[in-house]
Amino acid sequence: MNVVTPPAKLTAKDFATDQEVRWCPGCGDYAILKGVQKTLADIGAVPEKTVFISGIGCAARFPYYMATYGFHTIHGRAPTFATGVKLANPELDVWVVSGDGDALSIGGNHLIHLLRRNVNLQFLLFNNEIYGLTKGQYSPTSRAGTRSPSTPMGSVDNPISATQLALAAGARFVARAVDSQQKHLPGVLVRAHAHIGTSFVEIFQNCIVYNDGVFSDFTAKDKIAGSQIAVEHGKPLTFGADSQMGLHIKPGAFEIEVVTIGEDGITEADILVHDETNKVLATLLAGMQGPAFPVAIGVLYCDPAPSYEQGIEAVKQRTPSKTGGDINALLRSGHTWQVD
Amino acid sequence: MDTNTALKTEFNDVAPRQQLESAVVRFAGDSGDGMQVTGGQFTLSAALAGNNLATFPDFPAEIRAPVGTTFGVSSFQINFGSRVIKTSGDEFDLLVAMNPAALFVELKGLKPGGVIIVDTGSFNARNLRKAGYLANPLEDGSLDGYRVIELDISQLTLDAVKEFGLTNKEALRCKNFWTLGYVFWMFANKRKETVDWLRQKFAKRPEIAEANVAALNAGHALGETSETADGFQGFAIPQKEHAEPGLYRTVMGSEAIAWGLVTGAKLAGLNLTFCSYPITPASSVLHTLSNMGEYNVSTFQAEDEIAAACAAIGASYAGSLGVTSSSGPGIALKGEAIGLAIGIEIPLIVLNTQRAGPSTGLPTKTEQSDLYQAVYGRNADSPLVVLAARSPADCFDVAIEAVRLATKYMTPVMLLSDGYIGNAAEPWLIPDIDALTPFPVQFRTDPEGFHPFVRNPETLARAWAIPGTPDLMHRIGGIEKDYDSGHISYDPDNHQKMTTVRAAKINGIARDIPEQSVEVGPDSGPIAVVGWGSTYGPINRAVSNLLDQGKTVSHIHLTHIWPLPANLGELLGQFDKILVPEMNTGQLLTVLRSEFLAPAKGINKVTGQPFKIRELELAITAEMEA
Ligand SMILES: Cc1ncc(C[n+]2csc(CCOP(=O)(O)OP(=O)(O)O)c2C)c(N)n1
Ligand code: SF4
Ligand SMILES: [Mg+2]
Repeated sequence: MNVVTPPAKLTAKDFATDQEVRWCPGCGDYAILKGVQKTLADIGAVPEKTVFISGIGCAARFPYYMATYGFHTIHGRAPTFATGVKLANPELDVWVVSGDGDALSIGGNHLIHLLRRNVNLQFLLFNNEIYGLTKGQYSPTSRAGTRSPSTPMGSVDNPISATQLALAAGARFVARAVDSQQKHLPGVLVRAHAHIGTSFVEIFQNCIVYNDGVFSDFTAKDKIAGSQIAVEHGKPLTFGADSQMGLHIKPGAFEIEVVTIGEDGITEADILVHDETNKVLATLLAGMQGPAFPVAIGVLYCDPAPSYEQGIEAVKQRTPSKTGGDINALLRSGHTWQVD
Repeated sequence: MDTNTALKTEFNDVAPRQQLESAVVRFAGDSGDGMQVTGGQFTLSAALAGNNLATFPDFPAEIRAPVGTTFGVSSFQINFGSRVIKTSGDEFDLLVAMNPAALFVELKGLKPGGVIIVDTGSFNARNLRKAGYLANPLEDGSLDGYRVIELDISQLTLDAVKEFGLTNKEALRCKNFWTLGYVFWMFANKRKETVDWLRQKFAKRPEIAEANVAALNAGHALGETSETADGFQGFAIPQKEHAEPGLYRTVMGSEAIAWGLVTGAKLAGLNLTFCSYPITPASSVLHTLSNMGEYNVSTFQAEDEIAAACAAIGASYAGSLGVTSSSGPGIALKGEAIGLAIGIEIPLIVLNTQRAGPSTGLPTKTEQSDLYQAVYGRNADSPLVVLAARSPADCFDVAIEAVRLATKYMTPVMLLSDGYIGNAAEPWLIPDIDALTPFPVQFRTDPEGFHPFVRNPETLARAWAIPGTPDLMHRIGGIEKDYDSGHISYDPDNHQKMTTVRAAKINGIARDIPEQSVEVGPDSGPIAVVGWGSTYGPINRAVSNLLDQGKTVSHIHLTHIWPLPANLGELLGQFDKILVPEMNTGQLLTVLRSEFLAPAKGINKVTGQPFKIRELELAITAEMEA
């Protein structure tokens, strides 16, 4: 009889490489790295079966710091490499790491198609609303008016909402987290990992050098309670220091509003309950912006559907075999003639 | 019902058939006239009759160009016969013109005294005007130098299919099979295979199948029973004399590539992941492989060519054989990804079915103008392997060679085909896969001394360690790698060393490929004609013809474009003159001049049509006499 010794449980540290981390001191990427390493330990990830794939950018340096397989590819295309990896070996546990420029500018098309195909992997978008690696130009998520080396008088174009784009593209799992909120981030990542299909997670990440504090109106310690809402399936959508504020469907209108329990006759029963399978609600949550609304974090949407790999496998199963895979028979099928 | 009356016809022939060693037939009609299907069926019957053959489908870029226009003409050419056939033929012996536009466009390719079959039913004022005729060519004497067979094919078809109750439109669609029946009579070809094919193709609509069969038989019967104006009794093509014994089939270039890739992957012991984005004329390889899941093939229609290239690289990274395929414009989009594959040294096959350019150019016309793009078309010093197929059947062998080199040397391989080879068909002695030598890939599993860029001292190929392998976790990417550890490195001397080793690895492949030989003619002498790719047929025939005339000339044809065969410089040095015919403005020419300082001259043509044998003979002779 074989005696199988259970593998020693790995810790977050076991997922760190010996490579010198080259992000700027104080960069939000460090916190995310820590959160991901902790998550892998928590879920008992197998290092040799885990692959981190990235494009180009500060965020995209991520794979070098993970003691798993890693592939640092080209700008914007990480989703396509990841799709190829999953086509070749669906058993691998793939995480894609991308920046806002990488995922939404040069690679926007690939992200859309990854999501609509529902390839089974985790997609982490580190959104710092700036091009970090190329020294601070504005990005497709930068707010209009952003001053940067390429927009000295302020940018003109409107920003894109990563989560709304993901929902529109057909993502079946859309979540948000904040780099510095280490109690919250791993929980979202664990959910993302458990979901079958593409799990899209936008992580607000502070670029301390080129866009410091861009999210501080809802991520600063003293702002979290009043300007963030951490959504949870089945729980009322409340926020504020003593959860006295909540979201409510505006009577007679197809929109949500912020209300205060105990004011204007509002009771707890009037507060919306989060249903993560409701795409309309998810879209409304994804669109909420300060200061009028709290910013929603957590799992906004999760409604699983068959993954791309499952679809491919199903097609394989129902495709009749003509020769049992015999190439010689294939070449001899159809019209042939003998010359003696 | 036995439809096979060809034998009987031979006996009944009153006047003898005109004997030809080989014949060139061009079917031409409107895009909607079904000329490609007609040509395909004729090809099949010619092949089954034991002929050598080569075909050339030539169709418009528009899916359905306006009816009756010259730019809507779709043609199919076949050259077949008893001698060794190397091209789809220069001038045609028989032109089938289904409408005035087809006659207008194609007449210039007909031999003096050649035969024309026209559907007089379509020669009305409207169609004549659309074709650009001021007077009816059937009446103004302009066809006097040819044998014209005037048949009201439209009406004859309607009569033949009357009993099947089709709509007028459906009935007229049987015109091409009526015509095919008549042409079958002309060459004493058999109809059985076509009848079988029709019944299978229209199994769900038997009335359509039977109407087409009736049309085919009616066309054939008319040939047998009626007399043409000048008593012409059709052609007789003798059976092919010496072919290598064995089992044959016809094969198209796109099929041969697909089957070669699958066979190569099997010999390497890998699954095949084929990633592509539709583009003319490359899509047929995607279509062929999409139906081949049972041979360990997965296909992926990506959102664009970049995604296709990257997905193929991702598949190779995970231990499959990644292949991506496109035509010139799509290959341009893949450039950055190919650079990554060179940098991380991973197997990748990039198939380019070339077409005329730049930009959209002439999408359905052939050209071989992407040689620079293949050899040089990337940023930085980024060498890879370039191979070129010379004929439809050759695609099979070259595809296997591409897999062998990609996996043995951990490198991208660019495989060049073109629109002509991809669509053309030729008979093929079917190989026995079990008799081919396998070249199994050994993935790295041993952690001892491992880093991702440890190299095989002989081939300089790096270790291929795939995700899922315990204890070999590593990170790779486009940033320069340290020679000794595989970690990222910004060290200038290391970059110098890595650039050198990447080039040395590719150059070293010259030791692992066959020495360049001479196809026909002496190994040294006054003149060598050097070609690559689909110009093989016309060059070989032109040089053979000149040799038959007692002239001294040699044909050299390259399969390995990069690296070039190790002995090529020396071989070229054995000739006083070097001529390089290409369907571009002189790309291999530049490479040969720059690599060997060879005094080579070009013969260049970019009309979207393959070289004619005659024009090559003339150009070679002129250079010999110069
Ligand atoms: C083809 C190509 N174009 C441009 C670049 C330059 N480039 C590298 S990263 C980057 C933007 C990175 O921004 P983002 O994705 O937001 O990542 P961050 O650095 O902010 O983490 C650009 C434009 C490149 N590497 N490749
Ligand atoms: S530039 Fe910004 S995003 Fe990049 S490492 Fe520095 S702080 Fe982080
Ligand atoms: Mg960014």
